[in-house]
Amino acid sequence: MSAHHPPVTDWATDFDHTDATWVGDPYPIWEALRTTCPVARSERYGGTWLPVTHENVAAVAYDTEHFTSRSVVVSEVRPGPEDLPAPIGVAPPITSDPPFHALARRLLLPPFAPKKVEALEAFTRELCNELLDEMAGRNPLDAALDYAQHIPVRVIVKMLGFPQDDAPFFRRFIHFVLEEVDMPAEQRIELGAEFDAYINARIDEHIAHPRDDLTSYLLDVELDGNKLSREHVQGTMVLLLVAGIDTTWSAIGASLWHLARNPADRRRMVDEPGIWGTAIEELLRAYAPVTMARLVAQDFEFEGCPMKEGDWVLLPFPAANRDPDFFPKADEVVLDRAENRHAAFGLGIHRCLGSNLARMELRVALEEWMKRYPEFELVDPATVTWSAGQVRGPRSIPVRIL
Amino acid sequence: MRVHVDPDKCQGHNRCYALAPELFDVDDLGNAHELNDGLVPADLQAKARLAAANCPEYAIGVEEDS
Repeated sequence: MSAHHPPVTDWATDFDHTDATWVGDPYPIWEALRTTCPVARSERYGGTWLPVTHENVAAVAYDTEHFTSRSVVVSEVRPGPEDLPAPIGVAPPITSDPPFHALARRLLLPPFAPKKVEALEAFTRELCNELLDEMAGRNPLDAALDYAQHIPVRVIVKMLGFPQDDAPFFRRFIHFVLEEVDMPAEQRIELGAEFDAYINARIDEHIAHPRDDLTSYLLDVELDGNKLSREHVQGTMVLLLVAGIDTTWSAIGASLWHLARNPADRRRMVDEPGIWGTAIEELLRAYAPVTMARLVAQDFEFEGCPMKEGDWVLLPFPAANRDPDFFPKADEVVLDRAENRHAAFGLGIHRCLGSNLARMELRVALEEWMKRYPEFELVDPATVTWSAGQVRGPRSIPVRIL
Repeated sequence: MRVHVDPDKCQGHNRCYALAPELFDVDDLGNAHELNDGLVPADLQAKARLAAANCPEYAIGVEEDS
């Protein structure tokens, strides 16, 4: 919930993605805007635009000339002179633009390619079962707090070679980065410094004792014959932690929330194992967690809107995924939807680097949950809480096992 | 029937490889390419169309037999 901004009364001219109405249920807002104002404008955060159709979201995602990725989280802090300038940005490659982007991304693609991710499936399955064992015998329980929130953080922490016990620290930091976007700038910068100190300590430790993990890989890998700068390594590690945790936690949680409310879909998941391939993609489409952002790189007109250099642009892939002009029955979850070009992982050159990992984690988390608890329902729909900001997912899902 | 992945459009979403591993493979970076010069056996034509219809980037071309 927005602690620092006044409530929104007009979504076409004054939207705010931390407003309680948006946090609770953003889909009706986007639906109304699609027909009345497909590119909305708000003066908040120093000036922000919001395209809501699949066509316009795609157009922004593909246009790396007019829209820079130098910052991808809308907040009261724009990248300043102390931050790495474009084209690298503070967390390469997500904050990088062409042509540097392709180089930075290429380094990171191999550890996240499908066949590399397959090797992490056994660890993930074991972790899910460990969590389910810890929950055993309790009823009701919380599908988000007891289960979903622990899975992605522990997988990425394992990949980076950080202590598993530090997982709660990451979750806290990421909550500040992604959700407390309307907090005053000084406080935000202070928290960033604390996290930087932690990451620096992990880097030092890996320089002293290299091992077979993603941190040592980043310290060792070469770009144009040179090792990466410490800032590049640090930025990439922050990216992997921030991007790899809240997002997938949200997708797992939203899927369990959907299944808790839809007994017919629950039964189909159990009775029709062949449906899982399309079902996972459909859950990703319907409950895509991630809204990205861009900064306008130069003054220009987009869809009749006078965009100014430095304006924010929210890039709501979840809205694109619910556009009825692009998806028939866009607001319905159709588990066997055959044609599904969803944009849950973005579009264009910034396609989510961890998409293969996220998809594996989502599938395994649901498989193991459904094996253990094929029948469950919400204790009370009103007690489910949702995250604020650009990553949308349920943060508490009290469920009763039936 | 033939399928072809446009390498300039493919962004490695991995949807084709997941849906039709008989027809597509992915490289070490996760980018897709067609197998067997893109030739699609008769019994896999539906899968080929499905893979194309799930590519978010419209990177897969399907050439139907004339």
